Formats: sequence, structure tokens, C-alpha cells
Amino acid sequence: MLYQTIVLLPAIGALAAGLFGKWLGPRGSGIVTCTLMVLTALLSFIAFYQVAVAGNVPEQAVIFFTWFDVGALEADWAIRVDTLTVVMFVVVNTVSSMVHIYSVGYMSHDPYRPRFFALLSMFTFAMLMLVTADNFLQLFFGWEGVGLASYLLIGFWYKKPSANAAAIKAFIVNRVGDFGFALGIMAIFFVFGSVDFDTVFAMAPSMAGREFEFLGQQFDILTTICLLLFMGAMGKSAQFLLHTWLPDAMEGPTPVSALIHAATMVTAGVFLVCRCSYLFEYAPGALAVVAVVGAVTAFATATMALVQYDIKRVIAYSTCSQLGYMFFAAGVGAYDAAMFHLFTHAFFKALLFLGAGSVIHGLGDEQDMRKMGGLAKQLPWTAGLMIIGTLAITGVGIPYTIVGFAGFVSKDVIIETAYEAATAPGLFAFWMGLTAVAMTSFYSWRVIFMTFFGKSRAGQQALEQAHESPAVMMIPLIILALGAVFAGAAFHSFFVGAGQEHFWQEALLFVGDEHAVAGMADGPALPRWVVWGPFAMMLVGLVWSYHWYIRRPDIPQRIADNNGILYRFLLNKWYFDEIYDFLFVEPTKKLGHFLWKQGDGWLIDGFGPDGVATSVLATTRRIVKVQTGYVYHYAFVMLIGIALFVTYYYVRSVGAF
Amino acid sequence: MEIGLGNYLSVAAIIFTLGIFGIFLNKKNVIIILMSIELMLLAVNINLVAFSAFLGDLVGQVFALFVLTVAAAEAAVGLAILVVYFRNRGDIDVENINLMKG
Repeated sequence: MLYQTIVLLPAIGALAAGLFGKWLGPRGSGIVTCTLMVLTALLSFIAFYQVAVAGNVPEQAVIFFTWFDVGALEADWAIRVDTLTVVMFVVVNTVSSMVHIYSVGYMSHDPYRPRFFALLSMFTFAMLMLVTADNFLQLFFGWEGVGLASYLLIGFWYKKPSANAAAIKAFIVNRVGDFGFALGIMAIFFVFGSVDFDTVFAMAPSMAGREFEFLGQQFDILTTICLLLFMGAMGKSAQFLLHTWLPDAMEGPTPVSALIHAATMVTAGVFLVCRCSYLFEYAPGALAVVAVVGAVTAFATATMALVQYDIKRVIAYSTCSQLGYMFFAAGVGAYDAAMFHLFTHAFFKALLFLGAGSVIHGLGDEQDMRKMGGLAKQLPWTAGLMIIGTLAITGVGIPYTIVGFAGFVSKDVIIETAYEAATAPGLFAFWMGLTAVAMTSFYSWRVIFMTFFGKSRAGQQALEQAHESPAVMMIPLIILALGAVFAGAAFHSFFVGAGQEHFWQEALLFVGDEHAVAGMADGPALPRWVVWGPFAMMLVGLVWSYHWYIRRPDIPQRIADNNGILYRFLLNKWYFDEIYDFLFVEPTKKLGHFLWKQGDGWLIDGFGPDGVATSVLATTRRIVKVQTGYVYHYAFVMLIGIALFVTYYYVRSVGAF
Repeated sequence: MEIGLGNYLSVAAIIFTLGIFGIFLNKKNVIIILMSIELMLLAVNINLVAFSAFLGDLVGQVFALFVLTVAAAEAAVGLAILVVYFRNRGDIDVENINLMKG
């Protein structure tokens, strides 16, 4: 009953706020959904304890009822509970409940709160369906459900054209990924004859190395399937090439950015790869691709974050970058490290986003960091909590121990595991990741320095109106800050440390020795500089940022004024939007215009409905002329008819001719 | 010159044709149309009587009498319609009787 309750409570909240929102009122719908979510979060911790700590993994998935039973295709609505699931339970429900509570304060001026809370709860429900799925179809249902919720919430302020555009962009970019994902599921059904996780995973080893022929080429079956699945993960988790939607998604309300576009939905891709570790482990080629894409994302999106001025966009690019870390961890086979970073990242990234939301709220919807500065006096609590989040994301801690903020523990494990993998993609990821650490530190501190320290660039009026957020917004921040500080050290031994075998049990698969030692990454086998590397890079970023934005604020100013090529390249996000516009959007628009005007208008309408109508009209216009209305014309026609008949019968009877 | 069946039929045919042309070449007067119809019926009557006499069968003459009766009735009904029509439309010009024009 525990698991059913966890999954269904958010659904009840969504229905209550969605259907009876008018009756409950904005305040009532907030209270109802918040209560249910807090309850769900508490139950999630119980489930986490039962499954992951006490080790009571349910033997069988809880099956609600059969969804599909068509021929060989059979899929159930079910709840599959293992360590992976309960970790996601804790992440999703904790962040979701905090965001629900925070939204009560943040959205207090919005009259459409029932819709907002209904969508937040609906998102949570869809996300829980995703993580509890015991077959690929239900996973896909949850996958699309969170996509829909994301679309609706990005476009929550639907009167803003930019919000609508961002919502559509998010949805369409995700379609590209989902195209691959759907193909992957079909391929799985085609190859394994089932979409059930247990069946598929059990058969995976026997499929390893088998090939199929396509267009005269031989392809590895499992590699193909894994790459298709990873394509879906790339879309949902905003990985390089499909990352363009995530920064735009910041058009939505800030709590949405924190919940969906930082802590939970975007990590669904990582979850997918980890859930399918039983497939990926037998597809080394696909794993290498995952590692390289993750590494490139971690690096590229970090560079984009360096020069952005929108406080939320910086954090959004940071999210992309951190997701890149998780992917390259999974790519070198360290699914445990990936999940660990997912777990800790949820806390400090949600904290950063909600902190940014608090700043935006306090300044009356100002997001441009060029109009902030010196706000630590006005917003002391927010500043303190944001700094905690920044310490966590930049990875402050003492090397060779697990003493440190959450991000330090998990990120160092990832970087060290990448080095330890000693494969080409692993080393590539290691260097990319190490560089990105410095950039992470730089742009994260840049946010803090530009927002809270230095001389204020805000207008006098804005400064006077700046106010600290109410308690209903600060308490979730404090709880998340606790997570950002302690989640790493407290859970290290479970996720990647000595207790990991007991913790993960059958949830993840590691083939070969080199992956299983992720937890021992801090061991003596590693060169000293690898262990100290991330720490040093973090300091470099911090000092660099401090020098530029506190001691010599004229330097970045001068660089911006010079408007050099590199600066413009980064400011325009590597020109991705422009390239996509040129390559895909414009041609699609032109094709659409052509098909509309020529295909539909000219060809189909011209020869179809319109053409038939025109020719019928023209014919009848000619036929109608026969009807003169003069009696004697009709009489004449009758006469001629009779004459013809008579002639015909006469000629026939006589037999002439 | 012996006047035979052919002469009678010829006369009837000429009268019938006159009736037809009376209908079609007349653009003006409805009453002339009615009269033309009478002409055509008369032509038919001549045929009937001529054949009756020629074949020695009285049925033809009986039939001619019927035709006369029907023709009288038809003329009466036709004229009555014309009167009503005139009351409604104000004139009985053939050219203006074209309500059925498509």
C-alpha cells in the first residue's frame, strides 16, 4: 500500500486542484496540494529506508491492471520498486514538496494558482509513473506526461509570447529525442518480443554482439537500441545538440524551473540510462557515445554560462553542464556515481533556483544581473542560502575525505571514476569535466558576486522596494540547503562507498571490475594530482571570479565592450539557435509555406473540392440556359421528341435502311 | 380529279404544320397559341374522319366527336387560366410568361 499511496497522492492533489480549483480557491488548492505532497515526501523517506537501507526490495512489481494485451505486446500499469526507484522517490518528492510550499509564497500575486498547483502535482504524478514503470511503455507514458506538464508550465503565463514560444520550443526539441526513444522501444519489442523490464534485461546478455543488416550494413543490435534510447535521454536531459530548449524554458515561473528544469524531469534521461544499465553494459559502443556526449555537454554548456546576464539562464546552463557530468559518469559505467550526483544535484540546484527566485521576487521580477549587485544587505537570508548552494555546486570540500558539500562528494567521485576508467572516452570526459569544474566555479561565483556583492547597479526605487521573501519561501530553501550541505557526506557510503552493494542490490548492473570500484575512487591508486585537480580548479574559478567581479569589475566590462569574437560566440550560445534556425526552422517554414500554398491550396483544393465545385457550377450554368421558361420551347422539344420516336418506330417497322 | 384519301391527309398535315408554326413563331399572343392548338386538333379530326370514311369504320367518327368535346373543354379551361393569369400579372404576353426560366 505504501508505494501505491506515494504514487497516487500527487494524482489526487492534481485532480483536486485541477477540477475543483474554483471551489477550493487559490489558497485552498495550495494547502491541499502542499499537504498531500509533504505527506508523499515523508512516505518516500519511509520507502527509501525500507528498500535501500533495510534491504526489503519487493520481489514482484505491484500491478494495478493490464494496460495493453495485444498479441505478443503486453504491458501493465505497475509499480516496480527497487533502489533506483526509491532514490528517485526521495529526490522527486522532496524537491516537489519544497517547491509546492515555496510556490504558495512565490505565486501569491497570481490569480491562476489552482491551475499552477494542479500542474505541479500532475507533473509529480507523471514523474512518479516514470520512475516506477516496470515496462518501457509505462516509462514512455511518464516520459511524455512530464513533457506535457513541462510544456504547460513553461507556457503558464500564456499571455507572454516569449513564454509560448519557449514552451513550443521545449516540446518540439523533445519530440526529436522522443522520436529516437519511441524507435528504441519498438526495436526492443521487435528484438526481445516484450517491453517488460525483467524479460528484456534477462535476455540482454544473449543478445550481446548480435548484429542485424540494414541497408547492406551490419549493425550491433544492442548498440543500436541503446543509442536510440539515449537519443530520448538527450532530448529530455538537454544534452549537447538538443540542449537549446532548456535555457529558453526559463520563461516559466521560477518554481517550475527549480522542480522540472533542474531537479527532476531533466534527470529522467540519466535515470533512463541507469535503469537500462542491463542493456548499456552490453553495448560498449553506446556507452562511449554517452560518455563523449556527456563530456561535451558538461564543457560546452559551461562555456555558455560564463557570459550570460540572466540569472536564471546561468543556472539553466549550469544544469545542462551538471547533467553532462551525470551522463559521462554513466558512460564510463559508473551508474552509481551518476545517480549519486543526480541525488545531490537535485538539492543544491533546486536551492539555487529557488534562491534566484527569491531574488527575482524581492526585486519585483528583475532577472538581469546587470541591474543587481550589493543585495546582500537587503536579502541576507537569500544571500546566505545561495552561497551555500554555490559552495555545494562548485564542490567545496577536503580532498581524500568525504567532508565537504554535497556537490564536492559526488562530483569528485565522477571525475575520478572517469580518470580511472582509463579508456579514451573516459579520459576525454575527465579533461572536459576538470575544465568544466573551473568554469562552474567561475560562473557560479559570478552569479553570487554580481547579485549580492559589489556596488549596486539597481535603481534607487528598486533598492528601496527590495525585500526579503516571506517565511513560506525561506523554509523550503533552508531544508534544501540542509540537503545541499549534508546529502553528499551522509549518503556517500550508500551510493558509492562501502555499503553500495547492499544499497543498490539488483537495481544496477556492472560488468567487469573497473566500474565497480567507483566508491574506492579516493583510494591510494589514483595519482595525487587527479584527486587534488577538481579542488584546485574550483579555487582557480573562485579566484578568477573574485578578481573580475569584486576587485576589478572594469575587466569584464572592458571585455564586453570590446565585443571580441570569443565573447560574442559565447554570448550567442555558440550560435546554436541561429544555426538551427537556418538549418531546420527556416527550411521547415518554407516547406510548410510551399505545401500550404502549392500543395494544399493549388493541387489538392484546385483539383479536389474547389475544382469539382467550380466545374459543377460551370456545367450547371450552361445547362440552366436550356430552361428558358417559355412554354412553347418545351412544347417544341416534346414535338421533336415525338417526331423522333415516330420516325424511329416507323423506320424499324418498315425495315428500310 | 378524284379526291382520295391522300388529299385529305395532305390537307390535315398542312393544317397540323400551320398549327405547330403558329405556336413557335408566335412570340406575342397566348390566345393565338390556344387557337393553334385548336388547329392541330382539327387536323387530327380530319385524319380520323377521313380514315373512318375510307375504311368504313364508325369508330373514327365517334373518336372525332370526343376530340371536339375535349377541345372545347380545353379551350374553356385555357381561357379561364388566361383570365386568372391576367388578373395576377397584368398582361398575357408570351415573352413575359417565363417564371420557369432557370
